[in-house]
Amino acid sequence: MLSVRNLHVSVGDTPILKGLDLHVPKGEVHAIMGPNGAGKSTLSYTLAGRDGYVVDQGSATLDGEDLLVLGPDQRAAKGIFLSFQYPLEIPGVPALTFVRSALNAQRKARGQEEIGAPDFLKLVRAAAAGLKMDFEMLRRGLNVGFSGGEKKRMEILQAVILEPRLLILDETDSGLDIDALKIVAEGVNGLRSPERSMLVITHYQRLLDHIRPDRVHVLAHGKVVESGGPELALELERAGYDKYGARDAA
Amino acid sequence: MAAVTETIEAVEALQGGDKYRHGFITDIEQDFAPKGLSEDTVRFISAKKGEPQWMLEWRLEAFERWKALEEPDWAKLSFPRIDYQDAYYYAAPKTSTGPASLDEVDPSILETYAKLGIPIREQEVLAGVVGAAKYAVDAVFDSVSVVTTFRAELAKSGVIFCPISEALKDYPDLVRQYLGSVVPVSDNYFACLNSAVFSDGSFVYIPPGVRCPMELSTYFRINASSTGQFERTLIIADRGAYVSYLEGCTAPMRDENQLHAAVVELVLLDDAEIKYSTVQNWYPGDAEGKGGIYNFVTKRADCRGKRSKVSWTQVETGSAITWKYPSCVLRGDGSQGEFYSIAITNGRQQADTGTKMIHLGRDTRSRIISKGISAGRSSNTYRGLVSSHPKALGARNFTQCDSLLIGKSCAAHTVPYIEARNGRSTFEHEATTTRLSDEQLFYCRQRGLSAEEAVALLVNGFVREVMQKLPMEFAVEAQKLVAVSLEGSVG
Repeated sequence: MLSVRNLHVSVGDTPILKGLDLHVPKGEVHAIMGPNGAGKSTLSYTLAGRDGYVVDQGSATLDGEDLLVLGPDQRAAKGIFLSFQYPLEIPGVPALTFVRSALNAQRKARGQEEIGAPDFLKLVRAAAAGLKMDFEMLRRGLNVGFSGGEKKRMEILQAVILEPRLLILDETDSGLDIDALKIVAEGVNGLRSPERSMLVITHYQRLLDHIRPDRVHVLAHGKVVESGGPELALELERAGYDKYGARDAA
Repeated sequence: MAAVTETIEAVEALQGGDKYRHGFITDIEQDFAPKGLSEDTVRFISAKKGEPQWMLEWRLEAFERWKALEEPDWAKLSFPRIDYQDAYYYAAPKTSTGPASLDEVDPSILETYAKLGIPIREQEVLAGVVGAAKYAVDAVFDSVSVVTTFRAELAKSGVIFCPISEALKDYPDLVRQYLGSVVPVSDNYFACLNSAVFSDGSFVYIPPGVRCPMELSTYFRINASSTGQFERTLIIADRGAYVSYLEGCTAPMRDENQLHAAVVELVLLDDAEIKYSTVQNWYPGDAEGKGGIYNFVTKRADCRGKRSKVSWTQVETGSAITWKYPSCVLRGDGSQGEFYSIAITNGRQQADTGTKMIHLGRDTRSRIISKGISAGRSSNTYRGLVSSHPKALGARNFTQCDSLLIGKSCAAHTVPYIEARNGRSTFEHEATTTRLSDEQLFYCRQRGLSAEEAVALLVNGFVREVMQKLPMEFAVEAQKLVAVSLEGSVG
């Protein structure tokens, strides 16, 4: 269960989140929707622990554990996974190497044994097949020369292998054509589990046609201004964000 | 990734101490030449080595010429004037004045190499990991070679691998024929100084058609205080011969700057091939730039033979100052030269390094891949020359220079010189400069890697293409070194 209470975050001198409250119970998928500049990415970066996102007030816990005192790698080991809106390229480091290093770093941090090469390869092959990814691609530098859709699939593949407790999808639909969107959504749906919370951050409704949320929250001016069921997303699609004064949001 | 795990372990092992792990001093009685540099110093060294008269004259001539030369100042390096009179030019362990059997070598020297992880007992290599390749070692301690392993086994294939001081006695004709034929005595200021006062180094001869049955390596250790090391290496690959050779270098941590001015000459006859790898880890000085080795090195390969091929691979992580341009003279038609380089500077280190590819023969080819990494307040310059002469029709070169910056106070420079003196040369040059981005680091950390693991992974990815050129055993060592050199480079 992710619990965020009265969260105030600024970047530089600019306050972005201004008292955000959010609770995502285990096993649920919540969508965060909102206009550009509402603070959606700030929320995901803050939860993941990125430098420069300064928490001025409030708390964020995962299953009761304080996240804000932990570094990004420690949070990852606790089970937070952020699927990036723009996944980074890591030249010269094959995707296989990268994911295995990450998995073993997390296992080590949790006091578990490192995974051996044969077991790891089995895991990856199964995950790649599920996402219709060419296994050979995983021998190339991570995300180097990948298309937008391939990069997003690569993110989901990592999530499948790292098995997070909280999966945050930051604008995962951006840059995807409809076929890629379906594959990614299938991958995400495959990750639904009673043990896992998911936060789907998106500007548009269309992703939510494929990943059906339990709850939808509207983020505007650094706060959750409205919450509801999946029908709220459809309402937003129809009426837009005007009623939240989106045009004023920086 | 095993290498990353190892690099991390290597980094962890260092915590609480200084990151330079080869910085210890061996306490041993040594013979020194009187301090300073004069004709007498040159005579002293030559006499110590029991050299023939021609060699002494060669040295004296070099010394005369050196006095007339000026220290070069064109490199992007700044350092106080070197006082050449304030140093020792010869230091040798008293108990081991030349090549000896292991039983005669001072135990504290053996211990030094054990600490450095250099296998100078043949059985240690043999008893090593199953499948590990054997390699022969020439161990040079300050001014003398203390031991050379596997000589008997190499001799069976006709391969000569011995200290150059010994080669002067046992194979004077070979030495006389080739010494100074690739790097002439007065080639440059530091090479000229070396010609006058060089003390030891390795000599290798591979006979025609022989593929050297194991890796050869020389391990250079500076130990004595206020002492310069001036080694001289000469490798001759006769027609159709092949050898892979590696050199490693370390020195104690001292507050003073010590001079290392080496000359390496490679001679390749028809169809010969030499692969020469360096892992240079001289003491780089402390974070404020105090102490460290001044590394002024002249390395050159002369591809005299047709279709001969030379490949330089270097991993430069140490030294306060590096001035080094391993070069290829592509004289034989169809000869090939390669230069693969990783140069890492951190703290206050300065490196000005690169290569020269001189195309003289027809259809000669060369390839340059340089990866420079600067961190801290260091400065890292790639300087390279690619030239083709009027007769070098069909010459081809491909150059790629990539620089990676870590942090905001370091510098990277690329200074390529390209001279095509005929209309049928094809030269390509690519260069990139990137900064290790906070975003990349955050991305790695979000997946569970610590900051240090993330840097090691990103940097090893950046240098991978070059790392793959190193012999396997050394690639692992070099990967660890990369992580250690960059320790503390991200806050």
